[in-house]
Amino acid sequence: MNKILLGTLLVSLLAGCAGQDVKEQPKAGVEDKSASQTAQTAPSEQKAVEANPLKDPNNILSKRSVFYDFDKYDVKNEYKPLVEAHSKYLTGHKDAKVAVQGNCDERGSREYNLALGNRRADSVRKMMNVLGVPDSQIETVSFGEEKPRATCHDESCWKENRRADIVYQGE
Amino acid sequence: MRMAINRIMNFGHFFVAVLLAASGSANAALTIEIVGSGANQVPVAVVPFAGESLLPQAITSVVAADLQRCGLFKIVDSVGITPEPHEPAEVNYQDWRARSAEALAIGSILQRPDGKLEVRFRLLDAVKQVQLAGYSYIIDAAQLRATAHKIADLIYEKLTGDVGVFGTRIAYIVKSGKRYELQVADADGYGAQTVLASNEPIISPSWSPDGTKLAYVSFERKKPIIYIQSLASSRRQVLAQFKGNNSAPAWSPDGKQLAIVLTRDGSSQIYLVNADGSGLKRLSYSSSIDTEPSFSPDGMSIIFTSDRGGSPQIYRMAVSGNGAQRLTFEGDYNVSPHFSPDGKSFTFIQRINGSSFNVALQDLASGQMQVLTDTHMDESPSFAPNGKMLLYATEIGGRGILAAVSSDGRVKQRLSTRFGDVREPEWGPLSKDQ
Repeated sequence: MNKILLGTLLVSLLAGCAGQDVKEQPKAGVEDKSASQTAQTAPSEQKAVEANPLKDPNNILSKRSVFYDFDKYDVKNEYKPLVEAHSKYLTGHKDAKVAVQGNCDERGSREYNLALGNRRADSVRKMMNVLGVPDSQIETVSFGEEKPRATCHDESCWKENRRADIVYQGE
Repeated sequence: MRMAINRIMNFGHFFVAVLLAASGSANAALTIEIVGSGANQVPVAVVPFAGESLLPQAITSVVAADLQRCGLFKIVDSVGITPEPHEPAEVNYQDWRARSAEALAIGSILQRPDGKLEVRFRLLDAVKQVQLAGYSYIIDAAQLRATAHKIADLIYEKLTGDVGVFGTRIAYIVKSGKRYELQVADADGYGAQTVLASNEPIISPSWSPDGTKLAYVSFERKKPIIYIQSLASSRRQVLAQFKGNNSAPAWSPDGKQLAIVLTRDGSSQIYLVNADGSGLKRLSYSSSIDTEPSFSPDGMSIIFTSDRGGSPQIYRMAVSGNGAQRLTFEGDYNVSPHFSPDGKSFTFIQRINGSSFNVALQDLASGQMQVLTDTHMDESPSFAPNGKMLLYATEIGGRGILAAVSSDGRVKQRLSTRFGDVREPEWGPLSKDQ
């Protein structure tokens, strides 16, 4: 067991990635998507992924993004099941913490978008509050339009960027 | 008459040093393209100064470029008039009237034994045949460009009656790849210096009223925090790093306080804080977004963006936070207000037909609104300190560039770098000796 765990840790360290190997006890670390592919070559890693509902592609908990209309910050009905699922997970795992990151598309004012991104993150936080998640488990942050996921200059990218992401601590 | 020229150099402070890059002025220079002109252009000749050809830096070409760029002057060619006049006695006014010149700038540059340069300059009225201005400057060679801007400012002032802004500076952000640089350059785009470099976003630079400091928002600690940095020493301090976002710094006209935006109590709200970070006081109390404060020149009121009415609009409140009134009613997206230097109007960004974002100007007394630009992704407009031009960010061919437009919408300029996106400009104040 110790050997396996050590092996996993080494792979994680070499890949510059942390947190992939833990089940329900997230650790602090930097999100690094490029590294996770390397880490998947370790057999023990596969097991860990299966055991973690947050990483299971078939589980709604693996979905993390709530999308919005232009200049809007209300959680649309289609994303309510997603926020509900994460709220249920958080109330069942008191040691888990999330950062809700608000984002906007590039149009309009950077400062207004920073404020709008905050409202988007806040809309998810407030819904989680109503569903029983205390503020101590949620941190909100806004990136405004500064960290676009998609970088083209039309609606196909803009709709990707009007978004709040739920990021678990340690991811 | 020594010129006070502030240059940013010699960074070397503990934490800041890690983030700061050596300035690369050569490839960071902004290039200017003029896209329009004023209705009435004053024909003016700028005769090459005696002794100028021996210098490393031409002076009259900079003067002429300044005057031409602002769109209010037509430069009269002086080629072929021999001998070139450098003193009033050498001027044959008939030559210049034949070329329709209404004014004439002449002068000379002398090498002094102590290594300094003496620049003598006169502005002559070619119609009345009288001297309008005469100055001399004792300078170092490094001050030649700044002196040229000063001469252009004097010509502008004498011939238009307004204060010239050629000697001012601008601040802006350049993004190249993943790198963000806060830069300061002369108003003609020359002499760009990097104030701060970071791999995380930098936004909202704001000049202190005396032009010695910049407040800005940096994401270097993974969330927006407001800093104030001295340009001369590069020393900086955190102004606000409360829970949540800290952003949108705007200086009070006396430089003692800043209006800032915090989310520490929920949604984005406007607060007042002393320039040393003490004395935080909440000004706005809404459950909606209140952001982008801008002080009136008399320091008595603040205009800002709020979505309290359902869409972002411009509001004005007293500096006490009381009596907020809505100012914009046209359209469903009006943001980024900035007061004009005379306090009679404000500029902002208006979304038009749901897709175009344009610089607009609104008169406070009449409520009359005018759209000034024909670009489509405009952001961050600010006034030149004489109120005659506005600087803003826009996008051409998918690249972020800076542009300027006169307050009557006639003269348009574009400023771009060879690399990267330029954004978040703010026009600096008049320099101290203006």
